[in-house]
Amino acid sequence: MNHTLPSESEFGGEASISAPPSKFDVFADRGFRSATAMFAWLTVALVFLIVYEVGGSAMPAIQKHGVGFLTTQTWDLQSEQFGVLPEIWGTLYSSFLALIIGGFFGISIAIFLTQDFLPRKIEWAFKNIVELLAAIPSVVYGLWGIFVVIPMLRPTATWLHENLGWIPFFGTSLSGPGMLPAALVLAIMILPTVSAISRDSLNNVPNRLKEAAVGLGATRWEAIFGVILPTASKGIFGALVLGFGRALGETMALAMLVGNSNQMSISLFSPGNTLAALLANHFPEAGKDEEPVLMYAALVLLAITLLVNICGAFVLKRASRRTAGSH
Amino acid sequence: MNKDNLEITELTEAFDDVDFPRLERSLRHPRTLISAGLSIAIGVATVLACIPLFSVLYMLIIRGGKKLSTELFTQLPPTAFEAGGGFGNAIVGTLVMVSIAAAIAIPVGVMTAIFLAEFGPQSKTASIARFCAKTLTGLPSILAGVFAYAAVVLATGSYSAPAGGVALALLMLPTVILTAEEAMRMVPVKMKEAAIGMGCTPTQVAWKIVLPTAMPGILTGVMLAVARAAGETAPLLFTALFSNYWFFEDGQSQLMEPTASLAVFIYNFSGMPFENQIEMAWAASLVLVLLVLAINVTGQLISSRTKTR
Repeated sequence: MNHTLPSESEFGGEASISAPPSKFDVFADRGFRSATAMFAWLTVALVFLIVYEVGGSAMPAIQKHGVGFLTTQTWDLQSEQFGVLPEIWGTLYSSFLALIIGGFFGISIAIFLTQDFLPRKIEWAFKNIVELLAAIPSVVYGLWGIFVVIPMLRPTATWLHENLGWIPFFGTSLSGPGMLPAALVLAIMILPTVSAISRDSLNNVPNRLKEAAVGLGATRWEAIFGVILPTASKGIFGALVLGFGRALGETMALAMLVGNSNQMSISLFSPGNTLAALLANHFPEAGKDEEPVLMYAALVLLAITLLVNICGAFVLKRASRRTAGSH
Repeated sequence: MNKDNLEITELTEAFDDVDFPRLERSLRHPRTLISAGLSIAIGVATVLACIPLFSVLYMLIIRGGKKLSTELFTQLPPTAFEAGGGFGNAIVGTLVMVSIAAAIAIPVGVMTAIFLAEFGPQSKTASIARFCAKTLTGLPSILAGVFAYAAVVLATGSYSAPAGGVALALLMLPTVILTAEEAMRMVPVKMKEAAIGMGCTPTQVAWKIVLPTAMPGILTGVMLAVARAAGETAPLLFTALFSNYWFFEDGQSQLMEPTASLAVFIYNFSGMPFENQIEMAWAASLVLVLLVLAINVTGQLISSRTKTR
């Protein structure tokens, strides 16, 4: 019991631990607060700056080619004929295929890892393995796709084309790069996004709902299909939209695997092209004539991805608002 | 006592009315079978989804591992028919560009996050900025390159490491903002209230309480962003291009010259028809993946060590 109070001098003459902020403190506070607000606005300005820079560089091409750019199929430097319809088709088609495959597996994983199928430790291990998929750079996936996925698919693709060639999806043979290998690798790349966001929304389903369903005699899967998935459906839908947005903008794996061929085909094995791959392949060597045209293509890609991503963010926001109230 | 006994007999009578066999489900019942089948199917689907990762890692170790040697890190890329060689300049270039990107993205991101978490979490500015950050997360990496090309390469007149750094910074920024904000929100309100009670200004609270407490979380976010940036290829294709020379040549840095990076090295060499070059691409992939994983694991360790405390 030996309390010694600090002497007055230790507190600069005044015998109190706290002190009101000095004039300098108030000044520094105001300055720092407005500085952080400025940085927040800078982030906002950045989005507009991107649209402005890309749009400004694309202006000459927009004036010259107009809307026809979106609906024509040729890409010819000599005659200055440019159209990105095959690229738009390829972007949407490959992303859609990737979404079907990646979405199915992503949601399956999300269900598997949230509905107590496994002991906690194994659940944790699987979760980390799926997250590791996101850590592999896309250029490495491209390399892997060239040397593993394409050779692996080729025998099956050839068989399908020879025997079921009358189905439009198998209309051409897989000579090398093509839509299906690109879409498969794309599916692997969006899988972590889809499964992580779906897992969040599945985890947000109140436990009582599931307990009630099981109490009424539902089997595990009747509870999942009848109660859990419908409750989490908005969040899962948001996950799929964001995954789709990711797939639309993915560049390297597609530039290496899709074949860079300026054609439209519904066949899974025919080569195609996407907007991002077009940019990756043409931009480094673009001359003064081609540059504004590529900027126009970049603007189209920007518009599509921004639209899809904003939709996804919006859906997710609404989904979380609804489940937040039901806890 | 008597009353209790009565209740028990009532209960047992009630039990007699329940048809117990109907409450159990036979294993051969179709509903149970469907349930079991779906459980197996979903397990198989999950295991299938893990195969690509192991296949990639296996290929990297088999094809990249056998090529691994010290000369990979000390020599310049080989020309068409040359044997041997390395990608030392690409490793240096990657580190330089990621450092430039981090130097831009971390201050801007953390300052924005301080505003979002501390000074105006409910304000209109914050909700707009948050929305923009989320939108930027979905920005295709090649568009970051297009932007940096228009904003930096055209302005300075040359392909350079800073142009690549700006493109990468744009991709790092949203991750840094969103994870830093999340980390700062986890700081207990009581700590902040204690500081305010002592007469701290909001700025002092942010600097002395919130930032130090949230630091592990912020660092984890930064690590994730750096790991992502190190693997990005598309934005570097036409901002930094590639170079067959060292970043530091003749004692001075070639800052405003085209700069090599591991990712672009892999892309360029994967399409070459020479066996040696393709083997080099695999070796570079192995090094890049190890680098990215090392940064990721460091980030995970920082966050898991602080959670247990």
